Amino acid sequence: MSVLESGASGWFEELRNFGVELLWHPSVSEETGEEARTIMGRVERGELKLDALCIEGSVLHGPDGSGLFNRLSGTGRSMLEWVRALAPLADYCVAIGSCAAFGGVPAGAPNPTDASGVQFHASEPGGALGADYLSRAGLPVINVSGCAPHPGWIMETLLALSLGRFTQADLDRFGRPRLFADHLAHHGCSRNEFYEFKASAEHFSERGCLMEHLGCKATQAVGDCNQRPWNGGGSCTQVGSTCIACTSPGFENMRGYHQTPKVGGIPVGLPLDMPKAWFVALAALSKSATPKRVRKNSRSDRVEAPPTAEKQR
Amino acid sequence: MNRIVIGPFNRVEGDLEVTLDVESGIVRQARVTAPLYRGFEQLLIGRPAEDALAIAPRICGICSVSQSLAAAAMLRAAQNLEAAPNGLLTTNIAHAAENIADHLTHFYVFFMPDFARASYAARSWHPAIERRFKAMSGESLREALPARARLLETMGLIAGKWPHSLAFRPGGVTRAIDLSGQMRLIALLAEFRGFVERALFAAPIETVIELASCEALEAFVEGAGAAGDFAALLRIARDLKLEEMGRGPGLLMSSGAYLGPEGHLFPAGLFNVADGEARALPFDAIREDVSHAWMRDTASDPANAETIPDMRREDAYSFAKAPRLDGRPVEVGALARQGVAGHPLIKDLLRRAGATNVLARIVARLLEIALLTKAAETWTRSLQLNDRFCAHDAPLQNGAVVGFVEAARGTLGHWASIRDRQILRYQIIAPTTWNFSPRDANGTPGPLEFALEGLEVGGDGASNIAVQHIVRSFDPCMVCTAH
Repeated sequence: MSVLESGASGWFEELRNFGVELLWHPSVSEETGEEARTIMGRVERGELKLDALCIEGSVLHGPDGSGLFNRLSGTGRSMLEWVRALAPLADYCVAIGSCAAFGGVPAGAPNPTDASGVQFHASEPGGALGADYLSRAGLPVINVSGCAPHPGWIMETLLALSLGRFTQADLDRFGRPRLFADHLAHHGCSRNEFYEFKASAEHFSERGCLMEHLGCKATQAVGDCNQRPWNGGGSCTQVGSTCIACTSPGFENMRGYHQTPKVGGIPVGLPLDMPKAWFVALAALSKSATPKRVRKNSRSDRVEAPPTAEKQR
Repeated sequence: MNRIVIGPFNRVEGDLEVTLDVESGIVRQARVTAPLYRGFEQLLIGRPAEDALAIAPRICGICSVSQSLAAAAMLRAAQNLEAAPNGLLTTNIAHAAENIADHLTHFYVFFMPDFARASYAARSWHPAIERRFKAMSGESLREALPARARLLETMGLIAGKWPHSLAFRPGGVTRAIDLSGQMRLIALLAEFRGFVERALFAAPIETVIELASCEALEAFVEGAGAAGDFAALLRIARDLKLEEMGRGPGLLMSSGAYLGPEGHLFPAGLFNVADGEARALPFDAIREDVSHAWMRDTASDPANAETIPDMRREDAYSFAKAPRLDGRPVEVGALARQGVAGHPLIKDLLRRAGATNVLARIVARLLEIALLTKAAETWTRSLQLNDRFCAHDAPLQNGAVVGFVEAARGTLGHWASIRDRQILRYQIIAPTTWNFSPRDANGTPGPLEFALEGLEVGGDGASNIAVQHIVRSFDPCMVCTAH
């Protein structure tokens, strides 16, 4: 539903501007019941061209491989069966959200419904369509992950597909569009000064860095979350709620989202690419050099000590 | 007897199938099916209790804040914690934004497009309604969707993003709103007020809030509000007799909505349409029945129950359990909240019709848009910027706790048992679990099933459009229903 926020004149106008026609969407289309089944039947028989199949939600394989934990109502067939029937007919297959991409929360332990993504199960290729699946245009499933994904990630991907400007080179190793996956959620974080000095929040609502104590995964999770506004101007870290790596395969299996796991006082999950010894040395150095202003503000829910660099003339 | 299966029943949230047994053109029996089960309660067991804040909201992309708040209320009870007053107010602003957005989406995207369908082409009002409300292309959507998105910018400010935010804590919210934030919230709410007063009501929201009787509503349609989308719906309702459609079983409940420092904005209670009286809600009389659900037998008290699917159960036809209050089905949602709160227009609409109905459900939702816009303005101005927005967490106590909240669609409860900071049991009863429940062991149908039974569909069968209006009038959220 996040995409319904897209477009300055509304999502439907945006789709029209792109020349994208929605054949059917469960939330917004006029056609219901038999009319909807007719559309899907025409696609399945090859009478109606399917440029892109967009799938939301985990694909449920249970119970016992039947897929009947998610029956497409009115059809007597499981979503698993529908996905396998329609995906080979589509020029492109797009998994919208981390559930469809990697399995998401329903696939978390103990995975009660035997859930997977469309072409991945957590970080393992396979899923509902199998590792070898390619859409008619020769691409694997495109995984617009995120829980929820940014509406911009969805629409920019669909626009690039509709213009024929999206290639294999635009995907990362988990099938995510690089247009958002080439960045870390940490990039552009408004708490960056606190991060640099390891001036950390210890309680929620404090302004300090959320990584050391409160479980923030922004230095390890992909997404341009702090480089583009969410809902007009926010991000998870900006409002002081931790990044839980919702774009990453397997984020659902974390335990204790709000506490940073540590060994000997050192966070277990270090920033991507950073050797542990460097991190320890840098953290010790920066902590010793933390300005009073930064330390004070890191433990407060508001700016207690404003910057005083400006000289009076 | 002719059995009709309607699905995929769309323009609702999630997966819905409705089965009608029709005899001599009349619906003799209706069965409502939630055909999706994901096992969120099973996923929560054994996790750290706080992880409910991360997992539960992901049940649903449109009731996300409500799920967060039910989990936060549950944890607040387990911590025996008092939330910061600013935290409650800020939470209410965000929650109102989600619920207003849901009511708005229901009206413009889910419900009204049915009147733009070709089957109404012979009606005098059809050309104008088709132009304004046709699914995906009606001109109202060019304004309503951006207004909705702009309103949800309050969520960017408070919660970082929508849906699925971790900003809501047992003790308040993670962001302390400063003067800039407060002014931006005031500006966003003023902009939203502009939209509803221009397009939806064509009148000041105070005028809508003060409508106190059916007569006043009739006068509004022809007078002050004549140019609005609300009046357009009311004129259609008169022509199609929406007031006589979809009559519910008659018991309404609310668990209390928008908890502030001085209690709830809309109170908790139980409202009986037959006598027009509100009473105290016996929360501990809530039970769940699995006789017609693809679920294994379990305790009926949600505090002690498990959710384990079993697709071999005879007579089962849904993944939803059947919640009952003292053995009776209950309707929940905006209509129930405003009935319990005693809004005079809603009480008069229920008195006139003698039952809940399609029209009353829609009017109550739009009335709540007016009430909540005004309340959010008040909450925003009441923030004490020098005070805290979040109380620190306290240690979790062992034991059984419950958290209630009113989602857009009605009462949402999270029952949990906690031991050594971990979740031992977790049960969720969502609004549409109540409204779209299957039958219970006594054969008593759920509210939607009740509302469909007796409907004359003639020879139309599945294409009967009254079925569409009745089902959508409840604004079901199917992903929450069976979770």
